[in-house]
Order: sequence, then structure tokens, then C-alpha cells
Amino acid sequence: MSFFRRPLVLVCLLAAVALAFILYPRLGDQPDLPVDAVVLDRALSSDPESLDPQRARSTQAADVLRDLGEGLAGYSATGELIPAGAVSWTAADDGLSYRFNLRQDARWSNGDSVTAGDYVLGLKRLVDPATAAFYAGQLGAVLNAEAILKGDMPRDALGVEAIDEHTLEIRLERPTPYLVALLTHPSTFPVNAKSLDESGELMTEPGRLVSNGAYVLDQRTANSVVQLRRNENYWNNANTAIDVVRHHVITEEMAELNRFRAGELHITSNVPPDAFEQLKQEYADELRVYPYLGVYYYGFNLTKPPFQDDLPLRQALSMAIDRETLVEKIIGRGELPAYSWVPPGIENYEPAQFSYASLTQSERNSIARSLYAQAGYSEENPLRFELRYNTSDTQQRIALAVQSMWKDVLGAEVTLINEEFQVMLANIREREITQAFRSSWIGDFNDAQNFLGVLEPGAPSNMPGYDNQEYLELLRNASSNMDLERRSLLLKEAERVMLADHPVVPLYFYVSKHLVSTDVMGWGDNLLDYHYSQHLSLKTAE
Amino acid sequence: MLRYTLRRLLGAIPTVLLVIVLAFVLVRAAPGGPFDDERALSPEIEANIARYYNLDEPLPVQFFRYLGGVVQGDLGPSYRYRDSTVSGLIADALPISLRIGGMAMLLAIVAGVGIGIVAALRQNSALDRGVMAFAMLGISVPVFVFAPVFVLLLSVKLQWLPAGWSSTPGLSKYVLPVVSLALPQIAYIARLSRASLIDVLSSDFVRTARAQGLSQASIIRYHALKPAMLPVLSYMGPAIAVVLTGSVVIEEIFGIPGVGQFFVRGAMNRDYTLVLGIVIFYAVLIVLLNLIVDLLYGLIDPRIRNR
Repeated sequence: MSFFRRPLVLVCLLAAVALAFILYPRLGDQPDLPVDAVVLDRALSSDPESLDPQRARSTQAADVLRDLGEGLAGYSATGELIPAGAVSWTAADDGLSYRFNLRQDARWSNGDSVTAGDYVLGLKRLVDPATAAFYAGQLGAVLNAEAILKGDMPRDALGVEAIDEHTLEIRLERPTPYLVALLTHPSTFPVNAKSLDESGELMTEPGRLVSNGAYVLDQRTANSVVQLRRNENYWNNANTAIDVVRHHVITEEMAELNRFRAGELHITSNVPPDAFEQLKQEYADELRVYPYLGVYYYGFNLTKPPFQDDLPLRQALSMAIDRETLVEKIIGRGELPAYSWVPPGIENYEPAQFSYASLTQSERNSIARSLYAQAGYSEENPLRFELRYNTSDTQQRIALAVQSMWKDVLGAEVTLINEEFQVMLANIREREITQAFRSSWIGDFNDAQNFLGVLEPGAPSNMPGYDNQEYLELLRNASSNMDLERRSLLLKEAERVMLADHPVVPLYFYVSKHLVSTDVMGWGDNLLDYHYSQHLSLKTAE
Repeated sequence: MLRYTLRRLLGAIPTVLLVIVLAFVLVRAAPGGPFDDERALSPEIEANIARYYNLDEPLPVQFFRYLGGVVQGDLGPSYRYRDSTVSGLIADALPISLRIGGMAMLLAIVAGVGIGIVAALRQNSALDRGVMAFAMLGISVPVFVFAPVFVLLLSVKLQWLPAGWSSTPGLSKYVLPVVSLALPQIAYIARLSRASLIDVLSSDFVRTARAQGLSQASIIRYHALKPAMLPVLSYMGPAIAVVLTGSVVIEEIFGIPGVGQFFVRGAMNRDYTLVLGIVIFYAVLIVLLNLIVDLLYGLIDPRIRNR
């Protein structure tokens, strides 16, 4: 005991313990980079929760998976659909089956050839109830997919078949003109059978993960970094410029900006709203703002008063919102005011618009006031309701602005309720206490159906509880129509019908916002905001 | 002392069990589930996912299944970090938090006690006032203010140190997080040890020692320092718990993959197993640290040992 009598000894002991921590070999630390490697540092706004293509869910995981893997088709830097794992494909005349000719020279990172069987395995795994895949619905149009998902059929009943080593056939329940776009999504990527057999659930670990894309997994630390290195076996390896890609997980926007400023990042995932104006000056060449496939909207609970069966009221509220002021003064990062549900720029589609899109705001306001009166509300008897939004500065700013517009134009008394995200979602789903709410939809693929399907009667994503048989009928007709022009007209008519019903109030369309170092070459702005690392290169330091 | 230790450890079991039950009930009572999203799932997919994680069973069954796992050291799969188990996540994150926390605590003790002694010996001098004013600043300015200032100055402007954890494999990434984490502790410990040492130096036994002709240095080293350290030591228990398990804010600012983040993220994502795993981990840690501090008390103060 006398050993401990001297405080100095105690301090030395503590020092020894601390030193042990410091010198303890590289616990959870990333390995050194190869000398002379070309390294790209890019940011993810949240941790990619899974690198198993069939079990992943978030857009961040998909960003990493697009570097690791490859589907039948992919996108170019500027967002055009291009062949990837397949070199070509043909659709049957009835649109009910597709045949894909796979690339002969495609290899897995372990040297195996990528075969049609690997794609079949990936697709069957996706719909298998035992996989518990979030994107299992992605294949809804494939023959028997829905029955397999419900557990009514074995997974081998799925309408996908390897005709030979390099030919894949997919049979459908109904024509799906956007099938190839669906097959760019990581959830449809092939799976290496040997790796799945050997590693099972551990197949996503560095050293075990076998990938068929431009990169292989080198190292991964939850909430910190996913490091990839060049896949020497990739068929297009000769054209891959970047040797090492580090996807840094940075949740805090200011921290991300600081790391960009310190030269630690080439590409940020976002731009802090408060710094936007300043960055426009400071980083004029680096700031990239581009339309994005997403709509921000306020929804009504259509199953309860006051919004149930009160179209004039819903329309009045929609018209009274000055969307121009909202995007310019309140949000101000280049967003576009929304007068339709489907964002502009979607392939083969021209969105329908609100009938009042071409009016001035003061004209809209006066119509809104008469509709409001028609719905039975007045100064003495104002409309009172609650608007729910999830706790965040941006949501609050928008909600406050809209609240005051509704107050000024109509005299409506709106109570703002901010809730934690999961609580808000639960309340919206229950449709009990929720009256109006904020939400958004981000497109998975470049097709109008992906947006219009959100409000399809009975769809889980239809949060307002919108129900219109004409809309449903138009969507069904469109989805089975192989004539792209006819289909586009049907979809537009569907959108017009839905907009006229005002189940939702679209406020604005999103933009993607990045800071991209001027050292980065090959960057292309695109609607989907996909930026494959294999398309990028760095100006070599002299 | 062994019997005392054993008794304390056994006594902790019901406490930890109670914590588990409470945490389980609370996390499940929170509205919303781990798989809710704006992109709502179809009922079939939702059912398949619930079945995969055994969330379709009645709650009591789930609880005992979970408890059975915990007893065997298995904290279950994380619902959010889908490629990992909760035990695996904690095992990966803990060494990092421990390392940063350990370094910060060491820095805090050495610097804090050192500053405290210097200030106490020069009581009411300009130096003392200056140091104590600085300490007051260290206590009252929150981490989320001075840590970003460090980053702006040392990483963005001067580019001496990395702003983010994952940017370099080297040791330089430790400097800013450790200093930021240690700073409030240095300030607090400095004030604590100064006050305590001044108190002890004016006590009878020090006056006696001085009367016997002992030098100031040996009075402090052999007589005054040890009793003066008691309040510091009792502060150490909770401080170590906080510092070792990582400050959420520091982890967020520097992008450190430590355990602190899991607490907040887990709760926000309704990652039931992760929240429970972290709660159990903290409960055990605090029980152990309290025990260690009590044992150290005995080592330093004979009166407590002989109680």
C-alpha cells in the first residue's frame, strides 16, 4: 500500500495507462495509404448502414454501392442511362420480357466471371422475405415478385432466368417502360454466390466483400470512413483514374465545410444554409447547384375534418402561399417554386401544372380569399388547424413563413407543432391527430411514375390518404402502356386530376448542392445527383 | 477489501437489471419505430423486416430473448447499422473513446493540478488572478464554441492540424479533440485543487510542519498535497465516466467514431438494441468507476480505509 502513498507514483501510473492507449496498435484506425496513390476524399451526410446491395436502404449507402458494384445499366456523369453490366438489351413487343446480353469480360474482384446466374441470385435474394430487403418492392413488376414477397411462392418462382452464362431474361407481370432505370439501383446488383456461401452475413466485411464495380472495399469504420481501392479486375479498370476513394461520414454541415476549407475534402455532400450567400462569393467556381429529383410538400389528412371533402379550402391554402417569396427569401439556395408534383427535367415527361400557375400572386390571393369564404370561414370564424413538421431550422423557417402567409391572406390561425422525425412519421401514419404535415419525396429513378405512384390510392407512401379512382385508373393505364408518348399523356392527365384535388401542396423542388474542388475533373451535374467516383479524376499535382 | 469489492459488485446486479427493464420499456414506448421513413414501406416488406428481427413477437418474449442474449454477452443486431452487431459497434468505438478520453483526462489532471498548485502558492497574485480568470472562462465557454474556433484557426487558417478524424492515419488528429475535451476539465480541476490546497495549507498540521523547519517544497510534497487531492479525486469518478465515454459534441465536430454518437443516433433512429446496449454499457461503467474511486479513497485516506 505504501506504493500508493506518493501522489507522484499515482500520476506516473495514470501516465503509463494513457501511454498504453496511445501506443496500442491501430485500434479502429485506417491503414496508411499507398505511396503515390491518387486519393479522392468525398463526404457522406450519414453512415452507409449496409454495404450489402440487397439490404441497404439510404441514398448514402447507394452512393458507396455504386462505386463498389455495377448493375445491368448505369448512368454517365451527366445522368444519361448507359449500358454497364449488360452491353445491350431488347424488350419483347408486348413489353412483358426483356433480354440482357451481359458483358463477356466482366469480372468480380476475386477474378470470377460475372455471370447471368449472379444477377439471378441478386434479384431473387432481393424479393426473398428472409432477406428482409427494404427495396424488395423495386421488382414489383417482375413476374411473381409480389407473391414471393408475401410468402405465397418460393423465391425461385421469380421471373428471372439465366438463359446462358451471359444472357439474362426478365419476365414481367405488366409492361414497365422504366424497367432498365430500375435496374441501375444497387438493390438489383448481382451477388457473388461463392462469397455469399462462404461468408453469409459477414460478406460485407473488408477483405471478404467481393464486388464487381470499379472499386473494392479496403476499410470501414462506422460513423467515420469507408475507404475503397481500385478493383484491378474491373473490366473498365484502365479508364479508372482514382486509386483510392475515401467516403468520409460527416453529419454536421459546418464540420463538413471546415474540412473542405482545410483542404481535406474534394467534394462535400451538402452546403450549410447559413453560409450559402457567403460561399457564393468565396467559392464561385466550386459551388455546384443543380435541380434534384425531389419535391417538398405540405400534405393534408384527407380522412378527417377540416380537410376531408373540402376542396375549396385546400385549394385556398395552396393558392395563398407565395412560393416565389418562399424560395427566394426564405430558403434561397436556388430551389424552384413548385406548381406541379413531378419535378421538371424528368425524361419523356412534361409536368401538368396547377391551373393558377400563370396568375400573379395577388390574383391568386383574391381567388384564395373567395374560396376560403366559400368553405365557410371568415374573419369571425377563422380556420384553425395544426401543422406538424420535424424539428429542424429549415423546416421551422418555412413553416413560420407559410403560417404568416396563411394568416395575412386568409386570416387562418395555424398552430405549428414541431416533433422529432420518428414521432411525426408515426403521427402522420396514424391519421388521428394529424391535420396537416410537411413531407418530401425524393425520386429513386428518373420517371414520372416514381412520383405519381407516391399518391396512388392504397400505396404506403400516400400519407394524405388520397383516394380517387380516376387517378388510379389513369396510372394503371399509363403503367401498362408501351407507347412512350401515349404513356406520357396519360401520366400528365393523372397529374392534372390529382393536382386539381389538392391532396398535397407542393412548395418547391429540391436542388443538389455541393462544393467541388477545382482539382476534380469529370464532374457532371445531373438530376439524380449520382456521381460515380470512376468518372472522376484529379488534376495531378506538378 | 476483496470482500467489500465483491459485495459491491453483487449489489450492482439488481441495479443494472432495473436499468435494463426501464430502458427497454422506455425505448419501446417512444412513438415511431426503427424502420419508419418518409419513404414508407409496404405492409409485406414491413412484416418481413419485423420477422427478420423478431419484432413480431409479443414484447415480453422479446424482452426475455434479449435478456438471454445479454447474459451471454450478445447485445443483438443493430437495426440501423445493418452490417454490425451492437457488441461489435461498441467494441470498435470504445478503444477510440478510451484513447481520447484517457489522454484528455491525463492532460486535465497534470495541467489542472499543476495550475492549481501554482495558483495556490501565489494566492491573490496577478498570476493567480489571471489563471483563475482563464479557468472560469474554460468552465463557462461551452465546447461547441471553442472547438470550432480551434478548427477555424489551426486547421482552416494555419493548416497545422487536421479538422477531421478520418483525414489522416497519423497521431496529429488527436491533438484538437483531446485539448477540446480536456480544457473544461483542466479549468475545473485547477479551481478545485487551488481551493483545496489553500485550505490545507492553512490547517494546523501544516503550521506545525512549518514550525519544525520543513521547507515549503517538502511540506507540499509530503504533507499538503495528498489531503488536498481528496476533492479532486472525488470529482474524478464522474469526470472520467464523462470523458472516457466521449463527449457527443466533440465526436460530432471532429467526426470521431466513438461511443458517444451512438447514444444520440441510436435514440433518434429508434435503434432499440443499440440504445439498450449503450445504456447497459454506461450503467456498468458508472458502477465500476464509482467502486474504483471508493477504493482509491481508501488508499489515500487511512481514516476511510479503517472504517
